[in-house]
Amino acid sequence: RPVSEADAYVAQKFCDNRIVSSKYTVWNFLPKNLFEQFRRIANFYFLIIFLVQVIVDTPTSPVTSGLPLFFVITVTAIKQGYEDWLRHRADNEVNKSNVFVIENAKQVQKESEKIKVGDIVEVKADETFPCDLIFLASSSTDGTCYVTTASLDGESNFKTHYAVRDTTVLCTDEAIDSLTATIECEQPQPDLYKFVGRIIMYRSNQEPVARLVLQLSLKATVCTTLKYVWQSNPFNDEPWYNEKTKKERETFKVLRMFTDFLSFMVLFNFIIPVSMYVTVEMQKFLGSFFISWDKEMYDEEIKEGALVNTSDLNEELGQVEFVFTDKTGTLTENSMEFIECCIDGHKYKDCISEVDGFSQTDGPLKYYGKSREELFLRALCLCHTVRIKQADQVDGLIGHPECKNTYISSSPDEIALVKGAEKYQLLHTLNFDPVRRRMSVIVRTTTGKLLLFCKGADSSIFPRVQQEEIQQTKVHVDRNAMDGYRTLCVAFKELTQKEYDRIDRQLNEAKMALQDREEKMAKVFEDTEADMHLIGATAVEDRLQEQSAETIEALHAAGMKVWVLTGDKMETAKSTCYACRLFQTSTELLELTARVVGEMLAGFELNYAAPLVKDESWTLSQEYGLIIDGSTLSLILNPSQDSSSSHYKSIFLQICLKCTAVLCCRMAPLQKAQIVRMVKNTKGSPITLSIGDGANDVSMILEAHVGIGIKGKEGRQAARNSDYAVPKFKHLRKLLLAHGHLYYVRIAHLVQYFFYKNLCFILPQFLYQFFCGFSQQPLYDAAYLTMYNICFTSLPILAYSLLEQHINIDTLTSDPQLYIRKEICSFTGRRMLLKCSSGRQFLSWCRWINAPKAKSSFRNMRAENSALTVTSTLPQKALCKRRWSSSALLAYFSPSLVA
Amino acid sequence: MAVNYSAKEEADGHPAGGGPGGGAAAGGGGAVKTRKPDNTAFKQQRLPAWQPILTAGTVLPAFFIIGLIFIPIGIGIFVTSNNIREYEIDYTGIEPSSPCNKCLNVSWDSTPPCTCTINFTLEHSFESNVFMYYGLSNFYQNHRRYVKSRDDSQLNGDNSSLLNPSKECEPYRTNEDKPIAPCGAIANSMFNDTLELYHVENDTRTAIPLIKKGIAWWTDKNVKFRNPTGDGNNLTALFQGTTKPVNWPKPVYMLDSEPDNNGFINEDFIVWMRTAALPTFRKLYRLIERKSNLQPTLQAGKYSLDITYNYPVHSFDGRKRMILSTISWMGGKNPFLGIAYITVGSICFFLGVVLLIIHHKYGNRNTSADIPN
Repeated sequence: RPVSEADAYVAQKFCDNRIVSSKYTVWNFLPKNLFEQFRRIANFYFLIIFLVQVIVDTPTSPVTSGLPLFFVITVTAIKQGYEDWLRHRADNEVNKSNVFVIENAKQVQKESEKIKVGDIVEVKADETFPCDLIFLASSSTDGTCYVTTASLDGESNFKTHYAVRDTTVLCTDEAIDSLTATIECEQPQPDLYKFVGRIIMYRSNQEPVARLVLQLSLKATVCTTLKYVWQSNPFNDEPWYNEKTKKERETFKVLRMFTDFLSFMVLFNFIIPVSMYVTVEMQKFLGSFFISWDKEMYDEEIKEGALVNTSDLNEELGQVEFVFTDKTGTLTENSMEFIECCIDGHKYKDCISEVDGFSQTDGPLKYYGKSREELFLRALCLCHTVRIKQADQVDGLIGHPECKNTYISSSPDEIALVKGAEKYQLLHTLNFDPVRRRMSVIVRTTTGKLLLFCKGADSSIFPRVQQEEIQQTKVHVDRNAMDGYRTLCVAFKELTQKEYDRIDRQLNEAKMALQDREEKMAKVFEDTEADMHLIGATAVEDRLQEQSAETIEALHAAGMKVWVLTGDKMETAKSTCYACRLFQTSTELLELTARVVGEMLAGFELNYAAPLVKDESWTLSQEYGLIIDGSTLSLILNPSQDSSSSHYKSIFLQICLKCTAVLCCRMAPLQKAQIVRMVKNTKGSPITLSIGDGANDVSMILEAHVGIGIKGKEGRQAARNSDYAVPKFKHLRKLLLAHGHLYYVRIAHLVQYFFYKNLCFILPQFLYQFFCGFSQQPLYDAAYLTMYNICFTSLPILAYSLLEQHINIDTLTSDPQLYIRKEICSFTGRRMLLKCSSGRQFLSWCRWINAPKAKSSFRNMRAENSALTVTSTLPQKALCKRRWSSSALLAYFSPSLVA
Repeated sequence: MAVNYSAKEEADGHPAGGGPGGGAAAGGGGAVKTRKPDNTAFKQQRLPAWQPILTAGTVLPAFFIIGLIFIPIGIGIFVTSNNIREYEIDYTGIEPSSPCNKCLNVSWDSTPPCTCTINFTLEHSFESNVFMYYGLSNFYQNHRRYVKSRDDSQLNGDNSSLLNPSKECEPYRTNEDKPIAPCGAIANSMFNDTLELYHVENDTRTAIPLIKKGIAWWTDKNVKFRNPTGDGNNLTALFQGTTKPVNWPKPVYMLDSEPDNNGFINEDFIVWMRTAALPTFRKLYRLIERKSNLQPTLQAGKYSLDITYNYPVHSFDGRKRMILSTISWMGGKNPFLGIAYITVGSICFFLGVVLLIIHHKYGNRNTSADIPN
């Protein structure tokens, strides 16, 4: 029962605990929404047109452009209002949730939004924190609590937090109520795990006691991230109108020409109608439903299907050229399975095939009574019973608690061991952190011996143990890594009382330090964890997700380049890549790792760049894969070395782009984003897609054009920040190959048809100007000009662009080649446009010649032309449509009735 | 037509209704709201659909059928159009030899008006009713400012608009502080030549009766155009307080002697007010009705056209024409439609033949169908 508090002694204005993620209120909705909408360049353009029509004497009445604009603005406002209402509802859900607050020594139930700074909040097990809290006391006497930050960074493992030492005793409501204290703390930081503050307690006029507090700063971070997500919405500033005409307009000085120009602009602005905008939006919005409705992307396990957060990117799914994927949890299941361990060079296997799993390990223990094995198991047990849910930060490390828990309880011997472990007294924990990549405990045995157990990644353990012990274990570790297992090494060291006293003192000093606490702690840890004895290593397997290999193959066949960005160590990642067929056996691997980093800068250019970049034929003969690790990458990307580094960057990029598969291991989250950005900004700006499941992937998900989150085990952070969320990696296949392809083709047809029909519509009007003395006389009636795009011709194309399947979905999914072929025939290409426009020019000319000759009166001609336009554009679409379905037919008939 | 029917609907769409999937969905809908997507044909994009596949078997007959239908239609239309008699004289008088050359530069209000006579010969007789048109060229009746320079409510007989015409009429809105009726540039520029047709036989001129009523649209005459209302039927009194358009010799209530063809409902005026779409246009002027079934309306022979030349077109390089024409069921003479039909039909037929030859010669070589893409 962790109890926490945030107390403000000084009367200072604090905001309440309400979360506002919504943009509007009832009162400011109209002005704010209008302002937001007219900030969009397209709307502003139409507004200008409308104003021109109001002010200047123009051929058409203001209604013709005002009505569609009004329509667009209203529809968008309704849509945004609805979305904001949903946000309000979500906010309310959080704001109205009940929390228990201790007031006057009593528990009072409050709504979460009413928590004030200074309230003492009681949080029960498995509840979420309603706000940022300072940990004062918990139900356990030692003042610890275990917190999962899954909702913040997606890590579902438990992190231990300690209560402020002086308040740990205040376990009851009454006791805690007597507390008077002030907390000074820093502003919220982007780093979740840092919090520096000070609590000053006033006890019956005694000297205030100053204590440093280490706690999480929770909610502020959430808000900033969300804010960032909204700000980075690419939808808001998308230029799409012809800027040149506006500039040209300004260059005209003569008023007459100016107004003439305006008039012509008004007359011909129907080529880019407001309604195209609406229809495209509608198509995207409605189209995204088909993705979330897709039964094949429903996962029985988590009982969820695909989730669409942004509907603006449907067509980009069909143009992806680069796929950046995380490994753990994305390609793999992220559920660990113990495979084997090696103790002092001897291998013990635990696999399902053997009847009595771990007992094999126990065997030697019993029979030979080897102290090493006992020590090994003891180390594992200690590390793990004492620090129950201590965990792995980066993919590269194991120590996943669940899996060990299971085998401990499954073996009676182990339980005995655990019980035995209780006899140990825990003195210090040297916490895990991703930089050290290891953790240690210092315990005192019943016999009074002081022991330090350390476990961590092999690369961090090996340098700290006596070298002669490494050899045999290293063989096993390397082989395990080759097999794609995650490895973990265990080491120990005996401490004398003197050593321990020194360490104890240093640690306490470091913990109390105000400045550079992190650095000081790290230094003490560094000193302590040295000269240890290696005991053994474990190997844990992270299984591949079902069909991830097939999916990767399909993506490859679809011409996409798949990059794996992982925090894992190289060997593990490499073997996973082989397993999921990212690398074929024929793929020639280029390795750029820290191992070769010494000669790299010198040999980089010679070894790789020269033969690869310059020789054009290399891609044809051989598939290349590149492996690079984080440290090398930072050498290349961060030009700290010398001026030539930027040169390396471009060479590196060139090599990367030529490789079919790239594996980046040992990556920090920010480096992932860096890589994505690098590829995104290359020439031709290819469409990039990032897929990941954990908080460490969020940065790259946000960076890429299309971000896809896996609704996996590592929390919801990735899914929430993504554009699309799918339950499994395999769903990417259908999402890209079928949905992406279809929507790309559909939107291409939609836009193209819009230009077609409006050229058909406006070209006669243009030609007519030659016959009416360039007086901007409109050929069509105002009502017809207005309704043409809104009523007469909008529904068929909308239905078409939602339902068209030029190729069967099954064919699309099973034949990835089609994904590339679509790009070759390029619907938006210039040739296609030329072809179509020549067709419609012919049509307009025909109509023109056909235009009833000299005797026809003006209104006659108008009417005839109007009818002709509708009747000639509708069948065009009908002819193009490859798939007829009943609902489309309905949409086809409706405008004919209207017309 | 080859049709590719999606059989998938049957394969996994229907069984789900009775199968476990359907049961689960039904149960979910009731008690616990499951997020499982509905397995409906619409949501899973499995709506039945057909896709026309173009094969020789469908394309060839289509071409032939189009060709065989279009060519006769085209020929029919073309023949009909060619059977229409049409005769046209330009009486602008640009050429010095023209009888009307003397009137070329007279002003519109000269008294007495300049008159001229043009003799012409009809080679063929005009059998059915003949329509007499006047035609103007290079006259931009479709100019934007011109088109809107009218007040429809004034023309509709609205009394307030009569005395206070719309601003669109500027600068032909008022004259000497009096509102102009009918206001606007269109009305002001009304065509006012008088054309008279005589049949010349052995030097005797017989006037051909020209009917001036029935040349305007019924809706225009009865709905859109109305004289102002008031006490009595005296148009002079009803138009009290207004003045004539600047370029008119007479006020609007003196356009005709017959009361049902005077004022705003004068048919010549209505015809003029219906603006033309192109700068070269013709407007119906008079009707010549067929007297009896025995005689053609206009026999072949000599005719003379008396013109009271009032309307100046020389200043803007315009032309004036007089057109005599008969009509058919498809309107006036317009060979384009027939030619278009014949052309399209011929092309289709020709393509059909070519494709048939190609299909016959090479058709069996490639039997495997390409992916329809």
